Amino acid sequence: MPLNAATSAGDLVHDEPQPYVWTMNFGPQHPATHTTLRLVLKLDGETVVDAMPDIGYLHSGFEKLGEHLDYNQYVTITDRMNYVSPMANNVAWHLAVERLLGIDVTPRCKSIRVIIAELSRISDHLLTLGAMGLDTGAFTHFIYAFNAREQMYDICEALCGARLTNSYTRIGGLMCDISPKAIAMIRDFLRQLPKTFDDMERLLNRNRIFVGRTRGVGVLSREEAINRSCSGPIARASGVARDLRKDEPYLNYADFDFNVCCATEGDCFARYLVRMAEMRESVKIIHQAIENLPPGPVNLGDEDVRGGDCPDFCVSKNGTVPLAGPRRVILPPKDAVCSTIEGLITHFELVMWNRGFAAPCEEVYVATEAPNGELGFYIVGDGGQTAYRARCRPPSFVHFAIFPHLIRGHTLSDIVAVLGSLNIIAAELDR
Amino acid sequence: MSNLAAIERLRTAFPSVTVSEFRGQARLVVPTESVYEVLKTLKEQHGFDFLADITCVDYLEYRDAKDRFGLVYVLTNTETNDRIIVRTFVNDPAPSVPSVVGLWEGANWLEREVWDMFGIRFAGHPDLRRVLLPEEFTSHPLRKDYPLQGRGERHNFRAVTRADG
Repeated sequence: MPLNAATSAGDLVHDEPQPYVWTMNFGPQHPATHTTLRLVLKLDGETVVDAMPDIGYLHSGFEKLGEHLDYNQYVTITDRMNYVSPMANNVAWHLAVERLLGIDVTPRCKSIRVIIAELSRISDHLLTLGAMGLDTGAFTHFIYAFNAREQMYDICEALCGARLTNSYTRIGGLMCDISPKAIAMIRDFLRQLPKTFDDMERLLNRNRIFVGRTRGVGVLSREEAINRSCSGPIARASGVARDLRKDEPYLNYADFDFNVCCATEGDCFARYLVRMAEMRESVKIIHQAIENLPPGPVNLGDEDVRGGDCPDFCVSKNGTVPLAGPRRVILPPKDAVCSTIEGLITHFELVMWNRGFAAPCEEVYVATEAPNGELGFYIVGDGGQTAYRARCRPPSFVHFAIFPHLIRGHTLSDIVAVLGSLNIIAAELDR
Repeated sequence: MSNLAAIERLRTAFPSVTVSEFRGQARLVVPTESVYEVLKTLKEQHGFDFLADITCVDYLEYRDAKDRFGLVYVLTNTETNDRIIVRTFVNDPAPSVPSVVGLWEGANWLEREVWDMFGIRFAGHPDLRRVLLPEEFTSHPLRKDYPLQGRGERHNFRAVTRADG
């Protein structure tokens, strides 16, 4: 409905031009939002004058839960943040916990974590680009992307038994070693991916409709990208040559040969191109990692591998007690827990409130290059087995804040192109 | 710490700043009244142009904690890739810090989230509304005195029936 009442012709001569502004509700349940988020739009005809994001529909108190679940249990919650690439969240969480404890994992574990993080990146970008094509009318493109994602889920199943909520990492290692079958599946997947990328690029790169709807739409300049805390592919599409894998190398990313993909235009099409190029770089990284997989154990052993500043006491709601027993950090393999008394005892020694290991009374911020951007965890340890505070710095939250800035002056139909290019995952946005 | 020079120069300008380090991360503790000036100096003179995160910790049940709330600003230098963590402490009643939206536009929603979850006011924020929780909500759930479980908030809301539609 128009907001302004009709004005008589005589007054119009003296009046300022009347903006013919409509208010329109977009979401929270709308096919193009993909998840649950809401926008209140002010429209002048088809042009968006302003947009007011209204979020929080999926707020589930993940950070509050982080103060009540122990460092190993909380990994199941990180799966549910960005459920498009859960393994990247698993890696980010346990890297932060291990930094707090002062643990360095084995070379084999590092390589496997790189492989799963890069597989997640491919999976995430495939979804983003597939959905972006779908929203702008390219349905076939979406099918190509999702065919590859289906294979990706099969690999996750071979790695850890779960397709969607993987929870594959543990403190000091992984749930289990990578199996020869999973390695073969990843090799097969890597062989097919370049053809998938070629097909996807052939469908969209010179597609008149897609290019017309994304080029010059939602432009973000380099200065604005930095000032508005943008990271990941969105910042790189605006010319910020920043990639935490290169800039603050974690795991063993420093050993791999790959390029940081950037563009300068900063529009939706540039974000599409950057994501497409990043997937090819990820294939390169996985290829190097899987062919040079270091031998040796994947998990740390029985010894206390924590940093020297870790306490010998444990704080819990039952009081402060000195820690008893050997202070290993890695959970025993599940088959040992279920079939041997030693494994069961070791398991209980770790999970009981007055046993196991304690984190130092310190605070640490660790960021990783998640598919969507900088995924950081700020963990406060209080001498217990549970984080005192488990803050997650979600890239989607920061990126959705720039949405009104990107959409002003564009048309209603551009909203889906901009939303698609930002890759807003509402579960991560609201946590 | 690779950003030692920047920290030394900052300490001569602001003698009240204390510096500590943990696992190679430099951290500054700044009095609340000079936090805006310190962040401005770090941004404009030391190249820390990227605000990675703003968050808060409620130290209500923390061992030997003197202050209630600790604000945390994570800054990054996009040229040298240095990180620095700036912390400041605020207390009840009416905890408040100056807003940094004037320095970084990206602080807008991050500060709104801290207000939403911890009830800390950001003086000078252009639009300090709740961001994740509904406007009718009265408590700040990430405070330590807010329970994880209990008689839930849903009782405070009117149930919408089909007849209302």
